[in-house]
Amino acid sequence: MNFDFSDEQKQMRDEARKFLAEKCPSKAVREVLDGKAPYDKELWKGLAEMGFLGVAIPEEFGGAGAGHLELCVIAEEMGRANAPVPFSSTVYLAAEALLLAGSDAQKRKWLPKIASGEAIGTLALFEGKGNPSPKAIKLQASGGTLSGVKKPVPDGAIADFAVVAARTGSTGRDADISLFLVDLKAGGVEAKPLTNIDPTRGQAELTFKNAKAEPLGATGEGWSILTQVLDRAAVLLAFEQVGGSDRALEMGRDYALDRIAFGRPIGSFQAVKHMLADMYVSATLARSNCYYGAWALSTNAAELPEAAAAARISATQAFQHCSKNNIQVHGGMGFTWEFDCHMYYRRANATALTLGSLSYWEDQLIDRMRRKNAA
Amino acid sequence: MNFDDTPQEAEFRATARKWIDANAPKQYEAELSKSSLGRIRLEKEDIVDVGKAWQKKKAESGWACLHWPKEYGGRGASPIEKVIWQQEEGVYGKLTQPFQIGEGMCGPTVMAFGSEEHKRHYLPKLASGEHIWCQLFSEPAGGSDVAGLRTRAEKKGDNWIVNGQKIWTSGAHYSDYGLLITRTDPNVPKHKGLTMFFLDMKSKGVEVRPIKQANGMQEFNEVYFTDVVIPDSQRLGAVGDGWNVSLTTLMNERMSIGSRLATGFPEMFEFCSNLMTDDGLAIDDPATRSKLASWAVKASGLKYTSYRAISSLSKGERPGPENSIGKLVSGMMLQDIATYAMDLQGAAGALAGADEELARGQFQQMLLSSPSMRIAGGTDEILRNIIAERVLGLPGDIRVDKDVPFNKIPTKGR
Repeated sequence: MNFDFSDEQKQMRDEARKFLAEKCPSKAVREVLDGKAPYDKELWKGLAEMGFLGVAIPEEFGGAGAGHLELCVIAEEMGRANAPVPFSSTVYLAAEALLLAGSDAQKRKWLPKIASGEAIGTLALFEGKGNPSPKAIKLQASGGTLSGVKKPVPDGAIADFAVVAARTGSTGRDADISLFLVDLKAGGVEAKPLTNIDPTRGQAELTFKNAKAEPLGATGEGWSILTQVLDRAAVLLAFEQVGGSDRALEMGRDYALDRIAFGRPIGSFQAVKHMLADMYVSATLARSNCYYGAWALSTNAAELPEAAAAARISATQAFQHCSKNNIQVHGGMGFTWEFDCHMYYRRANATALTLGSLSYWEDQLIDRMRRKNAA
Repeated sequence: MNFDDTPQEAEFRATARKWIDANAPKQYEAELSKSSLGRIRLEKEDIVDVGKAWQKKKAESGWACLHWPKEYGGRGASPIEKVIWQQEEGVYGKLTQPFQIGEGMCGPTVMAFGSEEHKRHYLPKLASGEHIWCQLFSEPAGGSDVAGLRTRAEKKGDNWIVNGQKIWTSGAHYSDYGLLITRTDPNVPKHKGLTMFFLDMKSKGVEVRPIKQANGMQEFNEVYFTDVVIPDSQRLGAVGDGWNVSLTTLMNERMSIGSRLATGFPEMFEFCSNLMTDDGLAIDDPATRSKLASWAVKASGLKYTSYRAISSLSKGERPGPENSIGKLVSGMMLQDIATYAMDLQGAAGALAGADEELARGQFQQMLLSSPSMRIAGGTDEILRNIIAERVLGLPGDIRVDKDVPFNKIPTKGR
């Protein structure tokens, strides 16, 4: 059994960590947090130069052609660094949708631009409250144009193109939904940035008014493709969450070692030690679930839907738990803007909702386990 | 990233599987598959007798204590081969329960500190199951604080005279030998006055009394020592070095990689999948689904954590500290799952045994037994300390009794 990343993949992780430690310090994250820039353009360029944006994009489409295990290790580092760039929307959602369902021409048009950092992509799925559901999609497609409103759209205000879920039928079935590709700079789409709990990853409202759109995948196949995209993105985002969990745990541990109260390091008090031990437990469970997700993702295994849901749930719980208790370990200092604790708390709780909430994925997991047991 | 054996591992697995298929006591397979928590029982026969027969058969063909050197009754196998053996042995591994303390803790301690003569004399018989060993560490006054133990050993000529009491000794009533830690000098700080011995459990003055547990069962014992004579030749390690010797014993307790801890999840998933409530199947209820999902990812997280450790072994590396989370997570899960299953049963959930009709009392039994899973082999709190100190590098607890002579440490809180 070799249930681990290879030495080359670990080396890539080390490279990414080193690169991000240098190019994405807390100061850089704060530029975006404070609203001085919508995202870190320099970092985005650097990520492209390192080949990280196209790590899982085949060489024929301008990528590095490495694979999804490599993308997982990069994702973990993006989460650890809290990188303020549209990585998840562009790479996990838009690129994965193109790879799964794009025509050769569509792939040729957008994938090289993703890999080179020229194009930011996203997925426009939600229309207000609620979780992923075909019923919730009202945005209409007709005659090659789209009309309606999508929100929240991750990185929607800075995206160059979007994969859009739209209604092409009214039978009440999943087959009513189709996917479209929309060039957001070609007119007909209005983007409005929205206030959100994690400003380091923007959210927007996109209003489509007869916006020109081309089908992505076959008509009526939208929901089926979307489900696969969400599963793939769930694994990748889970790696970000694991990276963030580990960082929050480290911050808490380091502070507990440095901070003296009552004449001793607070890390010598069992109340604090046990809190940190529990954080380690949830981060470890999440990491192990994520490894299984990575295996399923990289091999396109039949187990992917179940593995993705488990990774997503476990990693969401771990990141929320670790980022919350990291603040608790820091005490009052943890509640200041100056300390970085809140940035991870924000990221953890925003990420927990990006692809559908925890309860949505819990539901998915149980459905998928039942299906497997029935089969 | 894959789940495949290396060619050598595959060959070893095939050999093991073939031997097990030809030799395992298949008449017990169904019964062994069922029980998952606590001591294993067989309906018609004594588990110790059946276990001894299986262990003997294994030893004769070189499948006992695989990772031990051949001259002491083992096979000289690598750690990964031992894991593969455990996977293949499957439910029959439950038959080895009476020998686990001997194989996992007593044997390695004798191997590290015993004379060559002792090793050649005692270890092969331990490996073959002919002799069962128990471990005599815990005391009424020294559970988590093992070094606070009070059983005295006093030197008299070439012998030691032992007086005192041990507790929570599993298998003492059927054990032939015991690994015993004693206090030989109460005038020095507690860790410094301890000495380790092994003794014949049939020695005069050894009295074993079963403990009636909170769950109504009797699986552990108290062992009383009244002027028990132990020859000095049965001392393991130097006089006063017992604490260091015991660390070797306890370190070997961590050889649990690859053995799956019960979480209660598979039983719970099945129960909820079939339980019809007034509002439909339990598994269709959102609150239940949410709980099930959280337990599911804990169970799978533990499974894949052990896969990561096995992968390290396969590469010839030492597994990381991840595996220390196993008992902590599974112990709490058992208790939580039992509580919730009974909640779903409503008023009838208070019934037990066959009178509880939905699951024949299995969750009630789980509820009443699960507290021990959070205490035995290191309490949840001790495990959290271990994770915090050894994995995360946080400072040790402040020990107010550290430099105090043992006989000056207060014995009462108020």
